[in-house]
Amino acid sequence: MASPRTLIDKIWESRLIDSKPEGDLIYIDLHLFNEVTSPQAFEGLKLKGRKVRRPELCMATADHDVPTGKLELRLIDEIADKQLRFQQMYCKQYGIEHYPMSSSGNGIIHVLGPEKGLTQPGMTIVCGDSHTATHGAFGAVAFGIGTSQVEHVLATQTLRLSRPKTMSVTLTGTPHSDATAKDLALAVINTLGTDGGTGHLIEFRGEVVHNLSMEGRMTLCNMAIEAGARSGLVAPDETTFAYLKEKERSPKGPLWDLAVAYWRSLATDPGAQFDNEIEIDVTGLSPMVTWGVNPAQSVPVGSKIPSPESFETKSERDATIAALSYMDLEPGISVSDIPIHTVFIGSCTNGRLEDLEAAARVLSGRKVATSVRALVVPGSASIKRAAERLGIDKVFSEAGFEWRSPGCSMCVGMNGDVVPPGKHSASTSNRNFEGRQGPGARTHLVSPETAAATAVLGRIASPSDLPPINKKEGK
Amino acid sequence: MEAKSIIKGSAYPIRRSNIDTDQILPAKWMKRVERTGYENGLFEIWREDSSFIFNDPMRSQASIIVAGENFGCGSSRQHAVWALRDFGIKAVISSSIADIHRGNLPQEGVLPVELDQDVVELIMAATEANPKVEIEIDVTNRTVTCREAGVFATPFRIDNASHFNLIHGYDPIDVTLTFNKSIEQHESSRDPWLPKCGPEFV
Repeated sequence: MASPRTLIDKIWESRLIDSKPEGDLIYIDLHLFNEVTSPQAFEGLKLKGRKVRRPELCMATADHDVPTGKLELRLIDEIADKQLRFQQMYCKQYGIEHYPMSSSGNGIIHVLGPEKGLTQPGMTIVCGDSHTATHGAFGAVAFGIGTSQVEHVLATQTLRLSRPKTMSVTLTGTPHSDATAKDLALAVINTLGTDGGTGHLIEFRGEVVHNLSMEGRMTLCNMAIEAGARSGLVAPDETTFAYLKEKERSPKGPLWDLAVAYWRSLATDPGAQFDNEIEIDVTGLSPMVTWGVNPAQSVPVGSKIPSPESFETKSERDATIAALSYMDLEPGISVSDIPIHTVFIGSCTNGRLEDLEAAARVLSGRKVATSVRALVVPGSASIKRAAERLGIDKVFSEAGFEWRSPGCSMCVGMNGDVVPPGKHSASTSNRNFEGRQGPGARTHLVSPETAAATAVLGRIASPSDLPPINKKEGK
Repeated sequence: MEAKSIIKGSAYPIRRSNIDTDQILPAKWMKRVERTGYENGLFEIWREDSSFIFNDPMRSQASIIVAGENFGCGSSRQHAVWALRDFGIKAVISSSIADIHRGNLPQEGVLPVELDQDVVELIMAATEANPKVEIEIDVTNRTVTCREAGVFATPFRIDNASHFNLIHGYDPIDVTLTFNKSIEQHESSRDPWLPKCGPEFV
């Protein structure tokens, strides 16, 4: 009898073409592109006179540079404009499916793959973007690569890689009913640290994980990279199949049954060994918020900012001192006392319809504090349309949010959407690095629900901190 | 790419963990479509501070970075490596370099050198104390020597695939294309339900 294998082993071995001491040669089933990390790869290909080996396994969109303002759907600068024209030119030349800025199919690349049914269990998926980990939610091996590797996949549809180690992260217990997938992600990163997953692919396991919707699993896997892991995966189950059924590019007819039978076989076998196994008890976990400059530096909403002395290692103490200095925060104050200037809801972490619905439920009948600038950026044009059909756009607008067009926006701060220097933001994105949301910006990562409550109170707050709605005033 | 055998030089010690690629090269630099000309973007924000180690005139010839753990975490941007390379950085020494960045560095001939934290600390302290301290890296044999730190031919960790391409100066695409038959074989047996893309779907 064959020895028991993990989900990760099964996928890796099914795509293995050659194995040498210098690494495994792996076939890539889907190659996704944004406009930012691919132009140099296409140019390299052209200079060497090479072809795109499998254009039918490639899909491209413009997301990083794209302005999201209502009346200014044009590029804010010439350099970005050139980049978008390059992408359009190469996609046309090589026959690659492409969703340019403002088109009806446009959106953030990691939102588009799942929404079109292109992301399926058992696949290998790459993109020149670290948040490719998002697709792992479907039980796919999906990870970010550099531009040279983008060129390598374009030319060969393969990558030569050292085989990643496997890690199981099992979530146990019952989180507080206010806790979301984002809070689970922040708690996992807080436990593992920013490099706890380095060299590994993580399989997220346990009832808590499998009770999450696909959207929630995407949020969790999206942030596996923030714990240093190449990617995070969740084994496909009935929730996965229900999500994929009837999606534009998912298997149809008899192929559907064949595919589902295969997808069912991918789950980790009982008794399979991981290189590392970690269990995290999330009992009572409540909404989380980051206070520092990496996503591991977080506390529950309402808690105090830790002092450097409370950390064990010198390296952590030094990191805390540097973080507090950049954030202009004092240890011992409550995170709830931090005045928030900007609230951003969106990104490949939390820009899906479910995220917008969750935030809208909190905002319904409430108003954004006058001191706050709040914007919501749907993850794709189709999500924007769906939200408008549901009237969610009205809830946001009436509350005082700017309702914008899809793109990476304030998550990466490349398109003109930035937090002013020195100001604090509450953001549903994935990175609170120094200057990530604009030079001098001070980012606090939160869930969509916490972002909405924060916008209302003008300070970091979870929905349970909100006073009940005064029916008269609320209308 | 040119084959590498020995890298020798003085260093910039950066006593800080989790140096992410947004610090190495801010995102605004990613709007460019060129592969060169990124040197002024390297640590652009941190260099505004005159006390930052890159502004030390005694280190103007340095070519090696010695940094805290988890160097290069965050964004996959290879632009960060173009900035290091264009600035003249030949190697990065840390106890851990983030996965994607560790794979990107050697693509541009910059050597990722992973050593145990206590060895990194010895080298860090030596170069902090004296800007002229020299570090010698034997790429072929995967060892580091820094006399002033008391480090002699200490083995470092590097992915086999990266090492193989660096010491031979091979183009990884050329190497992979010699496996074309095996790739074709895999392609002929892919599962029939796997999705396809194309301009016709737009």
